[in-house]
Amino acid sequence: MTEPSTALVPVPTPLLEVRALLMRFGGLLAVDGVAFDVRANEVFSIIGPNGAGKTTVFNCIGGFYKPSGGQILLAGENITGLPSHRVARKGLVRTFQGVRLFKNLTVLENLLVAQHMQVKNGLLSGLLITRAYRRAEQAAIEHAKQWLDFMGLREYANREAGNLAYGHQRRLEIARCMITRPRLLMLDEPAAGLNPQEKRDLALMIDRIRREYNIAVLLIEHDMRLVMDISDRILVMEHGRPITVDRPEAVQSDERVIKAYLGEE
Amino acid sequence: MLAQLPRALIAAVFAFVILAPIFGLKLVRQGMHSALQPHWNIVLWGCAAVFVVQLLHPWLARLFARVRLPSVPALDEEHHLWAWAAVVLLAVVWPFFGGRSAVDIATLALIYVMLGLGLNIVVGFAGLLDLGFVGFYAVGAYTYGLLYYWAGWSFWECLPLAGAMAALFGFLLGFPVLRLRGDYLAIVTLGFGEIIRLLLTNLTDWTGGPDGISGIPSPTLFGLEMTRRASSPEGQTFHEFFDMPFNPDHMVIYLYLLALALALVTLLVSNRLLRMPIGRAWEALREDEIACRSLGLNPTRIKLSAFTLGAMFAGFGGAFFAARQGLVNPESFTFIESALILSVVVLGGMGSQVGVILAAVALTVLPEVVREFAEYRMLAFGFVMVLMMVWRPQGLLPMKRPQVDL
Ligand SMILES: Nc1ncnc2c1ncn2[C@@H]1O[C@H](COP(=O)(O)OP(=O)(O)OP(=O)(O)O)[C@@H](O)[C@H]1O
Ligand SMILES: [Mg+2]
Repeated sequence: MTEPSTALVPVPTPLLEVRALLMRFGGLLAVDGVAFDVRANEVFSIIGPNGAGKTTVFNCIGGFYKPSGGQILLAGENITGLPSHRVARKGLVRTFQGVRLFKNLTVLENLLVAQHMQVKNGLLSGLLITRAYRRAEQAAIEHAKQWLDFMGLREYANREAGNLAYGHQRRLEIARCMITRPRLLMLDEPAAGLNPQEKRDLALMIDRIRREYNIAVLLIEHDMRLVMDISDRILVMEHGRPITVDRPEAVQSDERVIKAYLGEE
Repeated sequence: MLAQLPRALIAAVFAFVILAPIFGLKLVRQGMHSALQPHWNIVLWGCAAVFVVQLLHPWLARLFARVRLPSVPALDEEHHLWAWAAVVLLAVVWPFFGGRSAVDIATLALIYVMLGLGLNIVVGFAGLLDLGFVGFYAVGAYTYGLLYYWAGWSFWECLPLAGAMAALFGFLLGFPVLRLRGDYLAIVTLGFGEIIRLLLTNLTDWTGGPDGISGIPSPTLFGLEMTRRASSPEGQTFHEFFDMPFNPDHMVIYLYLLALALALVTLLVSNRLLRMPIGRAWEALREDEIACRSLGLNPTRIKLSAFTLGAMFAGFGGAFFAARQGLVNPESFTFIESALILSVVVLGGMGSQVGVILAAVALTVLPEVVREFAEYRMLAFGFVMVLMMVWRPQGLLPMKRPQVDL
């Protein structure tokens, strides 16, 4: 009773909190009671066999699906069921399992479109090319340049995004997210289709982004080395259900996890 | 070629099924009785034509593939500007030397240029299939007509309001509708265009019903009327002010120049829009709506902006149309009109402004030039459309988006 309790120190609200998430497609429970939280500045990974429901969790968090049940809180604020563009504006952006760039726009323009929300410009100021408009447009281009440099894509700035090499497309997609100045970056299998060198670069890049921009990263990935390397904590899913949430070392030696990956036999 | 035989036969049979009731039997009155008069010749010829074309289809396709339409010579930025300046200068100067009817036709062409460029924002830039564009055109025309009739407003007072009203209608319609995908949107907008027309026809007390409103005055030039006599004792006319003999050509030229100015404004604005963030957002939205949403772009709002802007230009066009005709009635705003404007956009090359201008001019001027073939106008029109879709589905001059370069 008289113990000076550390429990009284308020636990900081996690950046993202997912409670008892449920997603039903007809008779299929694609996500069944998934719960986890992502703390500020953390790299949190979701792993699991194909069809485990990882992407579906992303879609629910991002507002692309309306969850059948459960809650999603962003910094304590309930964002369950919010339309996806509103979720994105709250600082929660994602990449897609299959790259979704604007293929006919140039690399630079992909980054400009992503800043659409930041560049507050009325139609009229754009039509009349006012000073404020030009300044905002220039600032958007400068900001885009920064990210092109960060990703090593400067020389491709004027190329159509669809013509980029696959690895470059992946990087551009991440840049396009980052240019919206998110709080939480969600990456769906960013290493898929990359060669070993590119995977190492990706790991470094994720770590650098997280440190320099002070954001949290929510990651879905099948490449175990990458996941174990950069994750602070990992959620393992199977058949829509969460198996465990733990540190990488603990997950690696968890029997349930090994079973899920190797099968029951 | 033998492989094509079954296909050709089936096509010929279908042609027969379609042609027979339309052309095959004609109802003629013979005194008291009606009689069916067969015209099998024309049907058989039609079927034969379909059969042959289908039989030669692969070969024709190869032939067409080899034909190349000239592409526009690439001009650099500076030459581009000069070229435009020259075209505009020519467009301003020629009516003073051209014949009156030629100038009149050119004015009509410019109205379609304007409407085409307006619809191009919706269809070409934002990729929204709008089949009820003429509804907004009607809103613009009736805004002027009604305000003149009930409140005596002048053209220049009504012009901005006509644009605003049409934009408001576009906004109010677009808001619930733009969540729909392609085909649904097309159907709803089609219905909207018809509703507007039916309203105008049936609200007889307000709109004059099928007869519409007549006696709508032409635009004035800085308060000077372009008529023989001023409409009110204190009014002044153009020819009195400049102490010239009255010449009805002045009015025709003035209307032409006004239409030119309106078309140019539409061109400049839509050209600007394409280079603005909103223009990029339209393109992005056309490519991948989900990616747009994932970046915080609100698809409904972005589509709505295109829809509203397009409607606004239709409204301006409508007000001008009312002023030029001197009367408005629902007849002018049928679905065919929407279809014509849409084909201007599609033929020109969706999104391509130069293409739309050329197509608008071609579609209005050509039928006037070959008046003798007026009966075949729709036939030729359909033929050209089919050919274009086979041969050059991207339109006369496919769109080339301006890029931001680093
Ligand atoms: N829109 C949908 N409609 C119906 N079923 C869906 C839908 N989206 C996903 N599913 C189903 O939900 C289950 C989970 O799919 P999900 O894409 O989330 O798996 P995943 O863990 O991302 O797999 P992978 O590693 O292959 O990407 C699958 O059985 C899938 O078929
Ligand atoms: Mg997946």
